Amino acid sequence: MKTYDSLVIGEGPAGVTAALYLCRSGCSVLLVEQMTTGGQILQTSDLDNYPGYPHGIKGYELADLFAAHLEGLANLERLTASVTQVTGVAGDFTVNFSQGDPIKARTVLVCTGAKHRQLGVQREQELTGHGVSYCALCDGNFFRNKDVAVVGGGNAALEESLYLANIVSKIHLIHRRDAFRGRKVYQDRLLSQTDKIQTHLSCVVEALHGSKDLEGITIKNLNTNATEEIACEAIFIYVGFEPITTFLPETLKKDPAGFIITDTEMNSSIPGIFAAGDIRSKSCRQVITAAGDGATAAQAAFVFLEQLHA
Amino acid sequence: MAEQVTDSTFETAVVKSQLPVLVDFWAPWCGPCRAMGPIIDKVAEQFQGKIAVYKMNVDENLMTPAKFNIKAIPTLILFKNGQAIDEHTGALSLDDLVDKINTKALA
Repeated sequence: MKTYDSLVIGEGPAGVTAALYLCRSGCSVLLVEQMTTGGQILQTSDLDNYPGYPHGIKGYELADLFAAHLEGLANLERLTASVTQVTGVAGDFTVNFSQGDPIKARTVLVCTGAKHRQLGVQREQELTGHGVSYCALCDGNFFRNKDVAVVGGGNAALEESLYLANIVSKIHLIHRRDAFRGRKVYQDRLLSQTDKIQTHLSCVVEALHGSKDLEGITIKNLNTNATEEIACEAIFIYVGFEPITTFLPETLKKDPAGFIITDTEMNSSIPGIFAAGDIRSKSCRQVITAAGDGATAAQAAFVFLEQLHA
Repeated sequence: MAEQVTDSTFETAVVKSQLPVLVDFWAPWCGPCRAMGPIIDKVAEQFQGKIAVYKMNVDENLMTPAKFNIKAIPTLILFKNGQAIDEHTGALSLDDLVDKINTKALA
């Protein structure tokens, strides 16, 4: 079985940075990704807060630059697959993939990130692609000059509402709490567009209507229990993210939401397994913090490997 | 590499194809579509001679996406004997796509 110093799982900002640092330290690295380089960056229209790009950069442009940075790195091998299981102990992990032979890795860096959470309302899956969407950037254009709904109260919901405001006719922004959680700069921008964006606070989506395509939704006010029907052709759902950890040993410590608990050096509760980026239990989930985590985890793994060899 | 198909070549390339066909409806500014791109190319290579694989840019071609009621991208549609037999919206891993082709188009 082929053995690597490190297996890095995921090619988002955390995984790319970790692989880069490990390779430059002389470690042999297998970098595995089930899709392509970029991770959630690919769902972002513009990044305005990544240093070095004073005029912002498109999500896909940064993803392409990340991919270019991995080209030609010595000691780096790459695999398109998903990890199905990690077993064993530090210095001798066995890793199975959805395709390809199992491998051995001395250390494992989990940079799998998170995926969008579903709303959990009936017919959500059936209408996905026909009005139900998780990517305003991808699907917004299909609803030019139409009425749409956005669900959520965090940065993603507010950011995407502002993006959609340039395209659609009207936005119903629905949030279950009585105030938004997203950054103040977005909240201020929302307030400047009240003609286009109508907010429905303390409200939840009860039902999706329409036969083949979404035609409307029912929302319920949690304070009054009053329901309201809203005609809209699309609903964009931004109700948070869930971690991707199913393939890891069950003993790995996670927070109640399922994110991996680490120390400041990115050590998980299992020696030799490190976690970096959105998969970690933490409060700030940004491209820059994911990249930072990746560098820290790589350095910690490098030190760990040196101790193994000692 | 998967070839591009357009509104004007769709009938010949897809509807009249002897082989099952996979069409990826995409646009250059769509991140998940870009994530799918290399996977579509891998599938085209892997299933060469068994199925035909095309990409359609929804910015440059308006008729076909409207005909198939495409309201999200990426959307992947599998055709057999000119009929759409399966539709998937959103990015899909290589494993899941291979599985879908084997079970839906080649079964």
